[in-house]
Amino acid sequence: MKLIRVPPWAVLAFAFLSGCATKAPPYDYAAFMKAKPATLLVLPPVNESPEVNATSGVWSHATLPLAEAGYYVLPVTLVDETFRQNGVATANDAQDIPATKLREFFGADAAVYMKIKKYGTSYAVLASETRVEVEARIVDLRSGELLWQGRAAATSAEEQQQSQGGLIGLLVTAIVKQIIGTATDASYRYAGIANQRLLGAPRYNGVLPGPRSPNYGKPPAAQ
Amino acid sequence: MKAASLSRRVLLVVSVALFAGCAHKAMAPLYMWEAFPKMQYDTLLRPGVTPLEQVGAMEAQAEKARAAGAALPPGFRAHLGMLKLSAGDVDQARQLWQAEKAAFPESTPYMDQLLKRLDAPVKKDNPA
Repeated sequence: MKLIRVPPWAVLAFAFLSGCATKAPPYDYAAFMKAKPATLLVLPPVNESPEVNATSGVWSHATLPLAEAGYYVLPVTLVDETFRQNGVATANDAQDIPATKLREFFGADAAVYMKIKKYGTSYAVLASETRVEVEARIVDLRSGELLWQGRAAATSAEEQQQSQGGLIGLLVTAIVKQIIGTATDASYRYAGIANQRLLGAPRYNGVLPGPRSPNYGKPPAAQ
Repeated sequence: MKAASLSRRVLLVVSVALFAGCAHKAMAPLYMWEAFPKMQYDTLLRPGVTPLEQVGAMEAQAEKARAAGAALPPGFRAHLGMLKLSAGDVDQARQLWQAEKAAFPESTPYMDQLLKRLDAPVKKDNPA
């Protein structure tokens, strides 16, 4: 039997490379590229999870990835104060305000509408899992047009996973850990990772880099 | 046994190298963040209660950024201005909101709205 010996690492490398090659179809950035937003208003995220701190956790993590992506992000704590002083009590109420009104008062080019699908730790017999899942839509406040939408998740389970998301996740985890340092609760930490994946740039099918980024105006991330 | 564990290690190194190839090169951050996201979190968690204890940490961070020639993140000065206002220091709040405008001209419309209120705090104008 004189079979060609293929070393196991070669098989693995091939598997990884093909993993990189298979991906979702590219996002249509036509509206985004035309709108060229510079200033973003992140509205309070609508929370569909039972965890009461979720809105604060996700909202407070939205500024860093978007600012590092090259946008000016209106200060969320002051935006929160403005809403409360004007009787806008819930995230749903805030997200229902007409685009023209938001544009008039805040002067932002676009608003970021976020929704929290999952946030928290589920305790099971064998292993507990902390999971955060978020969705975002960026809407131009001048035209009302949808510029981009996406979703992302982060979970404590992925450190054991063999998938592509697993190892990339580990790399991202390491980066975000450094950024946020020691956070009090696990969900808050995973919210940081999920938001980085959702709103960071440049990422394949992600938010386009903004005017303050060295990557501004370059073609969308290719992989 | 030994050979197996070595080849496993080589495999790990190779796969990490491959992944690094797939991932985008990390750029140097645009801003010095430190604990600012966490401060925003703490502030959002307790609506109506202004965490004045953040002032010291923020001023230290601003000093550190100045010394390092690093840029403060968007909203940093505005947030500190809000804390100053809660402590009753209207002049400092005004200065910091002006500084936010100077550092980020994109913030001008919103900062102007806040400054307008500062000068006429009794009158409540409704954005909605």
